[in-house]
Amino acid sequence: MAIEFELNGKNVKLDVDPKMPLLWAIRDIAGLTGTKYGCGKALCGTCTIHINGQPMRSCVLPASAAEGAKITTIEGLTEDGNHPVQVAWRELNVAQCGYCQPGQIMSAVALLERIPNPTDDDIDEAMSGNICRCGTYTRIRKAIHRAAGDKS
Amino acid sequence: MSELRKISRREFMRRTGQAGGGLVFALTFASACTPAEQAVGPAAKASASVAPNVYVNIRNDGIVEIYCHRSEMGQGIRTSLPQIIADELEADWDKIEIIQALGHEKYGDQNTDGSTSIRKHFDMLRNAGATARDMMIAAAAAMWDVPADECVAREHAVHHAGSGKSAGYGELVDTAEGMPQPENATFKAKEDYRYIGKPMDTVDGLAFTTGRAMYGTDTVLPNMLHASIERCPAFGGTVTSVDDTAARAIAGVADVIRMPEPTSPPMFNIQGGIAVLASNTWSSIEGRKALKIEWDRGENAEHESVAYKQDLIASASAPGTTVLSRGDADAETHSQHEAVYYTPYLAQAPMEPPAATAIVNEDGSCEVWACTQDPQSAVDTVAATLGIEKDQVTMNVTLLGGGFGRKSKPDFIAEAAWLARETGRPVKVAWSREDDIRHGYFHSVSAQYFRAGMAEDGTTESWLQRSSFPSISSTFAPDVTGPSGGELGLGLLDAPWNVPNLRLESCDATAHVRIGWLRSVCNVFHAFGACGFVDELAHMKGQDPKDHLLDMIGPARKIDPASDDAKYTNYGQELAKHPVDTGRLSAVAAKVADMAAWGRELPEGHGLGIAVHRSFLAYVGAVAEVSVDEQGKLVVHELWLAIDAGTVINPDRVHAQMEGAGIFGMSLALHGELTTKDGAVVEGNFDSYPMVRMSEVPAAIHTHIVASDAPPGGVGEPGVPPVAPAIVNAYFAASGKRIRELPLRNAGLT
Repeated sequence: MAIEFELNGKNVKLDVDPKMPLLWAIRDIAGLTGTKYGCGKALCGTCTIHINGQPMRSCVLPASAAEGAKITTIEGLTEDGNHPVQVAWRELNVAQCGYCQPGQIMSAVALLERIPNPTDDDIDEAMSGNICRCGTYTRIRKAIHRAAGDKS
Repeated sequence: MSELRKISRREFMRRTGQAGGGLVFALTFASACTPAEQAVGPAAKASASVAPNVYVNIRNDGIVEIYCHRSEMGQGIRTSLPQIIADELEADWDKIEIIQALGHEKYGDQNTDGSTSIRKHFDMLRNAGATARDMMIAAAAAMWDVPADECVAREHAVHHAGSGKSAGYGELVDTAEGMPQPENATFKAKEDYRYIGKPMDTVDGLAFTTGRAMYGTDTVLPNMLHASIERCPAFGGTVTSVDDTAARAIAGVADVIRMPEPTSPPMFNIQGGIAVLASNTWSSIEGRKALKIEWDRGENAEHESVAYKQDLIASASAPGTTVLSRGDADAETHSQHEAVYYTPYLAQAPMEPPAATAIVNEDGSCEVWACTQDPQSAVDTVAATLGIEKDQVTMNVTLLGGGFGRKSKPDFIAEAAWLARETGRPVKVAWSREDDIRHGYFHSVSAQYFRAGMAEDGTTESWLQRSSFPSISSTFAPDVTGPSGGELGLGLLDAPWNVPNLRLESCDATAHVRIGWLRSVCNVFHAFGACGFVDELAHMKGQDPKDHLLDMIGPARKIDPASDDAKYTNYGQELAKHPVDTGRLSAVAAKVADMAAWGRELPEGHGLGIAVHRSFLAYVGAVAEVSVDEQGKLVVHELWLAIDAGTVINPDRVHAQMEGAGIFGMSLALHGELTTKDGAVVEGNFDSYPMVRMSEVPAAIHTHIVASDAPPGGVGEPGVPPVAPAIVNAYFAASGKRIRELPLRNAGLT
């Protein structure tokens, strides 16, 4: 069955089993590999995307949940890679291996849309679903503050 | 099929957005991320180039291609390696393009483990840049008919002061072509460095933040099958029977294939199981769930970690084989103290589980795209698996979504290559998180026994340490019964303690799972035990733990374990160049204590703990500040880490490695444990094998790099070992309770 939704600003129609997790529909069927697999059980946040502006773990959402929705992945966040969160990430050289960072960035963008000037506690709460095995957490905190406009 | 595969290759280039242009090396991820591309746009403007050596290719459009032959897994080598070459070459940073090298012996050692990328290759990389620079100078001198020693290279060009002539590197390519490759050149003086020692931005920053970075799991080939493999729960077991009827009925499933039986020893070979191949990942997972398999769990079916722990402790508590001895560690002393420390199995758990894609061509040759730490070992393994020659294997190295030692083992690459041949189609093997945690090459479980003899004033006069753990050697050889000399060299044989009587022993342990490297390897448990036990002795003596630690290390001296009859390998380096220098060890301990304002008044319920360790030729001191609330919950408030790694190339990446080591050390201290039952690993995902999350991260991780002109030491691993003992020692300071086992969650502390 075909599922129709908006993916990074474009209307798409994917012919997939409605039970297929959205992560695999996006990666294998739509061909966008920026969204990563980490656990398959919504435990690590690596696969975080935005559905109608909300951060969601795509590895446990069935493709049917996308029907009619507006979905944004890391590739669609900006065309030039210059969202303030992406810029802050680069200015502070947050990434080590980089693999979890698309999920981290999507979670951070959603946090800043909800709370434009988050405290460390806000960040801890919003970002604790995203695991980074390289341990870039302290720079992620700083980068979120920087993207929020606090250059200190 | 051959035509299809030729099309596949072109299609692959198109899909990955590459220009092609003959640069097959660049296929996987020399994407829009490189400085050169940001500056001048995509490649393929050049019509000629000259390669002074395998690491450098200078194009006549002025771009210098630098081949990174080491794997990028987060340590920043794709930035720091070009820093070295570009500096000696006098190349402009915005006119270089970084190309990930194929796995090939022409590059020398590519095995990206042991924190070796800089420490073993610094001089070689400087030479690669410097000889390329000399080649440009020689070309300019020939072009202008002036003596080479009147020419200088600066800012991507050669200049001749006498005539006022200058020529950019691109303009010199035609003249340089056919000139002999220079072999040895003079290195720049430290004060002339432009990039070495500077905090350069990560070259892959744009790719990392836009989703364009390509990892092992991101390779897509037309007509590709996705494979998911069900493996025997117990290591070494085999399939008794399989019913794949239901699996084959799942939409998208193309085939179900029984993998080759496991070998003993396992080495990097395929470990059996049943593969389900499908047109997409999800179908392969669903098909796998529908398999009905009866297993013969084999000779490790009885392996239970609870009982094995007691066996290990018993082994470490009895005399073993003496591997270092001075004085008489059994001599009578005023008092004695003994303790046993225990650390469990761990999984590396990189965020990207192992993944590889392979295609086998009609002529039998094989091309692979994989997140491998050891590209040449991957070539060897694929060649052996398929029974082909090494030169028939093309090994493309993608970015690694973390490695930590797991991706040094190319078993998953062998699986992809073998399945590609069986199916006649491109195959991607992508391990699930459960596969990764249950079927890996695990960090060894260990028991460490300590006995100290003290004088009446509490001064330690004798130190006995016994180390017991199943060996990595068991992965590669039959009948291994205990630790290898190389492993004992990881944080045991270079014991820095200034005691007159010292004996170190190795105690037997038999492996029942695949054992492998994990970030800092045996240093994890050797440092955990030793630094915890030293702290115990401080409190027994009634001395400040930091002062006691410095006393135990004693005066600055260079230790040679051979003088105490030990066979010490010193991370493959000569002691003359990289001594075991207790002065540097004490210095990082003292420095990190200063950073943490050791001795200050602490809030109620808080404690500071200190630990220090030398590994991979670098010295790291760590201090943790922790508190314990009334419910017993432990909080790590701040961490301090000071490293002396000798000469450093990119201080920002060294700081990042220390920050990451702090978190990695916290994860293994607080949470990390694999257990086994009926031969199988019980844990399977991040719910049962947790990692430190943002909510547990200290308010700050303070890092310091000791300024040093010593030869480079390791960076990726040395930060890890002192973290866990610093936390445990801090917990004692805060609570008066001594913990001798990891993880702390078993003591109800998390």
